[in-house]
Amino acid sequence: MTATIAPSDAPDTHRVPLARGYRFELVKQLAQWRIRLLILACWIGPALAVIVVSGQATLPSDTLFGRWMHATGWAGALVVLGFAGSWFFPLLTSVVAGDVFSAEDRLGTWRHLLVAVRSPRRIFVAKALASFTVLLMCLPGLAVSGIAGGLVVGSRPLTGLDGHLLSPADAAGKLLLAWLCVLAPILAFAAIGLLASVIFGRSPIGLLLPAFGGLGMQLASQVLSMPVAVRLALPSFAFLSWNGLFTSPPMLGPMLTGIAVSLAWAVTATALAYVLFMRRDFTSMANDGSMRRAITFGILPLLGVWVLSAGVVAAATGATGSGIDASKLQRSLATSFAHLYRVQSHDLNHLNVTEAQLRTTASCTKGQGLVAQNGPGNDWRCYVYWHLPDVKDATGQAIYQLDVNPNGRYVADGDGPNEVNGYFVVHTPYGDAPNPLWQFDGLVDLLSTTSKG
Amino acid sequence: MQTEDITGSTCAVRARGITKCFGDVVALDGVDLDVAAGQIHGVVGPNGAGKTTLFGLLLGLAVADRGTLEVLGTPAGRSLAAPDGVAGFVDGPGLYPALTARGNLAALAGLHGPGARTAGIDDVLEQVGLTDVADDKVRGFSLGMRQRLGLAAALLTKPRLLVLDEPANGLDPAGKKHVHSTLTQLAADGATVILSSHRMDDLEALCSEVTILATGRVVFSGPLGKLAEASGELDYRLLTSDPEAARRVAANTDGIRVVGDAGARPDREVFVVRALLPALDELVSRLVGAGIAVRELTPVVSPLESAFLALTEQQESS
Repeated sequence: MTATIAPSDAPDTHRVPLARGYRFELVKQLAQWRIRLLILACWIGPALAVIVVSGQATLPSDTLFGRWMHATGWAGALVVLGFAGSWFFPLLTSVVAGDVFSAEDRLGTWRHLLVAVRSPRRIFVAKALASFTVLLMCLPGLAVSGIAGGLVVGSRPLTGLDGHLLSPADAAGKLLLAWLCVLAPILAFAAIGLLASVIFGRSPIGLLLPAFGGLGMQLASQVLSMPVAVRLALPSFAFLSWNGLFTSPPMLGPMLTGIAVSLAWAVTATALAYVLFMRRDFTSMANDGSMRRAITFGILPLLGVWVLSAGVVAAATGATGSGIDASKLQRSLATSFAHLYRVQSHDLNHLNVTEAQLRTTASCTKGQGLVAQNGPGNDWRCYVYWHLPDVKDATGQAIYQLDVNPNGRYVADGDGPNEVNGYFVVHTPYGDAPNPLWQFDGLVDLLSTTSKG
Repeated sequence: MQTEDITGSTCAVRARGITKCFGDVVALDGVDLDVAAGQIHGVVGPNGAGKTTLFGLLLGLAVADRGTLEVLGTPAGRSLAAPDGVAGFVDGPGLYPALTARGNLAALAGLHGPGARTAGIDDVLEQVGLTDVADDKVRGFSLGMRQRLGLAAALLTKPRLLVLDEPANGLDPAGKKHVHSTLTQLAADGATVILSSHRMDDLEALCSEVTILATGRVVFSGPLGKLAEASGELDYRLLTSDPEAARRVAANTDGIRVVGDAGARPDREVFVVRALLPALDELVSRLVGAGIAVRELTPVVSPLESAFLALTEQQESS
């Protein structure tokens, strides 16, 4: 039998303020040697990589801007961003966000944490914020370190993806903008990491999922033929969509679409992680995750976001098919050729000409005209025509073999005549370099619908 | 709201008809519990009896399906949160191996802010005897050291209710001494301690009252003395100055049975008698009257352990 007394003695439940919970989570994250090592690597690694690779005779020409690493340090800084987008960012988000909830399961500290903080909601928010903070400690490191390495190599004009030259200041501005653009897909992958960490508990699958997910998306977008709207609806595409900043005018459509799609993935994955976390039964010590839960609350909803995003992109842009066709390639190749022709003329001390004087055009066919004239592939063959400014009414012709990537990037490989686009060395302010018209990278706007030749 | 029981003492915990199920498994089945403030209360029961679930409810880690629970006068709500003043751990303390002992405590203290009512980190480390290893990483700590650090973490918030699930696990004699003195002092200062242990000697040394759980139900709750009465006949080991004479006196005393020296020490001076407490009292006075010195009289199995075995076996068989 009991009696009630003195309500004034009633103690309340004072939850720990979010800021203090956040600090607590950050202290735990930064106490881990692998997180410290990761941050250190981000601040040192890119500079070393840029300096070392730029000093090699053979450059990573299969990486965007890699072929220009001798020419300018800004190319090296962009190679860092391109490489990170393809391989490193998913790994980074895995190690940081993919482990933030799992770590408590492995250590058996959930109950302790709940008793200390007294609010699962604040624990979730603090953990998510702490993860993003650690990511934000890494990203400036990658950017600054890459730029620092580039500055050691040399700050000279950068050749853009349509052949036009960007001044160092212009290149620096666009590089910073490109880094801002990749924040959105990083948020998306970090959110997927949080979700995997909540779903799989102490199982290592949670830790690996964002890395393998990112790798899977990269491979799928490189290998599989899929409609452009479906391709753009993957958050991994936004790791590459900054490429459009390096053309004139910039290709903003794919970039903005990539950012919007990434944010949609980020919001959905975070919301799913939050709901699952709040529904968790903390009386059970072990949470090894379950594949059924992962499919129901992870894979299927995210597939839904992918499908929905693809539908919205298709409806909003009218983009269908692969987004790559002959007219886009012709326009892009002609523009690049004209810009690079001027560079070559300058390097060879030839007559200075303008793009307008060259009046360059191109004609491309795929598979010798025996297949559909659209889509990626290495069977595009193009003829470029231009007016020779020093010879009245004479037209030059050069042949290029194009290897077109499903993401819109292509490599143009000169196929004659040798004196125009063959391999020979030209003298540049930074030393001897291959003929700029021999091999170069280009980009087509996957969302553009104009069909000017 | 603060509650008091029929004797007028304030209740730190009051549970009525608490039921908690996990799927088809009934972890707690209509549990009633009163724990007075300033008391060290032991909870014992075989594995799976529901102790951890009960402690989880007290710490705000779970919500009961049925019944009412008041902790420090605050009714437990439907949300996962214990009221202020409650601290402790279940299934071992939660510690971060990458941090030092001091780092773990500092991170926890940082949660509460400078204005909060917390104890000093050095003070609690000293209380549990970990001052010498304060700056060592927890990764290298033994189980006993981790238990003591877990206790220190709980003490950091100056709790009014401390809930400890098997705090004596892995403790060496020095560690046990630290923990016992800390808990006793805490209770003397007015805090309530609820602890579980499989070591009956620990509970008998620390607790004034115990609750025995079996298959999710309370089979006994009350003072240890009452438990001894409820235990029925117990075996006692008797060491006297004249064993032969003492055996004869015992054999001639009503309510006393000499059951040999099974389980006793190998020396022949010791023998075992089975009796209720009143008969044992009579035996002692007879021995003294016969000029036989009683040098040792101890239960072979402690009253708590005996009662625990009897009550839990009874419950399981029913």
